[in-house]
Amino acid sequence: MTAPPDDCLARNEWVCGAYLSSRRHILWDAALQHVQLTAVSVLIGLVLALPLALAARRWHWAAGPVLGVTTILYTIPSLAMFSLLLPVYGLSASLVVAGLVLYSLTLLVRNILAGLRAVPEETRQAARGMGYGPVRLLVAVELPLALPAAMAGLRIATVSAVSLVTIGAIVGYGGLGNLIYAGMNTYFKAQVLTASVLCVLIAVAADLLLLLLQRLLTPWTRSRS
Amino acid sequence: MNTLTDAWTWLTTSAHWHGQDGIWTRLGQHLYLTVVCLLISCVIALPVALFLGHIGRGGALAVNISNVGRAVPTFAVLVLLLLTPVGRWGEGPTIVALVLFAVPPLLTNAYVGMREVDQDVVRAARGMGMTGPQLLLRVEVPLALPLILTGVRIAAVQLVATATIAALAGGGGLGRIITAGFNLASTAQVVAGAVLVAAFALIVEGLFEAAQRLAPSRLGLRAGDTA
Repeated sequence: MTAPPDDCLARNEWVCGAYLSSRRHILWDAALQHVQLTAVSVLIGLVLALPLALAARRWHWAAGPVLGVTTILYTIPSLAMFSLLLPVYGLSASLVVAGLVLYSLTLLVRNILAGLRAVPEETRQAARGMGYGPVRLLVAVELPLALPAAMAGLRIATVSAVSLVTIGAIVGYGGLGNLIYAGMNTYFKAQVLTASVLCVLIAVAADLLLLLLQRLLTPWTRSRS
Repeated sequence: MNTLTDAWTWLTTSAHWHGQDGIWTRLGQHLYLTVVCLLISCVIALPVALFLGHIGRGGALAVNISNVGRAVPTFAVLVLLLLTPVGRWGEGPTIVALVLFAVPPLLTNAYVGMREVDQDVVRAARGMGMTGPQLLLRVEVPLALPLILTGVRIAAVQLVATATIAALAGGGGLGRIITAGFNLASTAQVVAGAVLVAAFALIVEGLFEAAQRLAPSRLGLRAGDTA
């Protein structure tokens, strides 16, 4: 008969090397799901937010409803948002993605709109005077100038999404949140702490990556500072 | 559409409103958690923010704490607290987590509000011989009030949301109706709970927005004074 193992797993310690090595694959899969859910949601949010922001700027009557509806969506607590989508999507990853898209919309629409509105009228007139049509004006002048504000919104939306994915554990698609949820039910300290720390690391890494992307996309802002 | 009528039926069933797990009990718990934690958070955050804003130091801390708060998942903090000794103390983990997430928006907004007070006005008040406390209470705080109240509103909405998530970690409140619905595989109950939570959050947001519009006039400030 063998003695029970006396390692950090058996003692249920917060920090446990044996947990990291033995559950490496589980952690990797959960982190991958976490990143996928975040990336897909934020990208869909971005694709939807741009036309909404453009519409809100183009037609004054559209600005109120667009901003109003997105603000109301943002006020609804995440657990309630996922629950309200349950009849539509069932217990699926789409439910988590749809909920996160709705949250990122508010931040993205607001920031893109603020960026577009901050483009100086003189710049616009100068571009028109040079013979720029409306499409070229938008793509070559207005969108690049709105980029810093839009990227600020994208960074906040991404970091928030990383944090909110964990709530997806309620439907079984929460990335690292699944490990936190399972760890809570079994009082598995190492699993809860490791998954939580990984969540924060993913959020910080995503934020830094977007900051780097912003620098690469807006080289003209660097000389100013 | 069927789910919506089922959820409506669930909501209008009188038995679901009463008793130990009834809607009234859960609503009371949610309201209690929100109000108590908002008070605790204000008592912790506002004096610090007003003091830092008054002396003009610690800006990096006051502003960045909101970004840190956004990156840390609420659910993770709730579960981590549940597994520490705090977890044995009833609603302890919920209250600590709620306060932790309500403090950053209060701190950031109050600090920014204090720093955005027109420095000419501050200098004029000093020139009139106002002492530090007089300057703080009679000039800076009234002028910073709109942003301080914005912080309180954001914190209150954040508290309602966090209190809902607390149900995942065994806390009380309206979120329990949702988690119980998931456990019973009752979509109707899940949706009914979600509607209650969403309505509660929107009412809180609406109340604070109304208060924010009324507050400056109650203090005898004209609209032009705060602009």
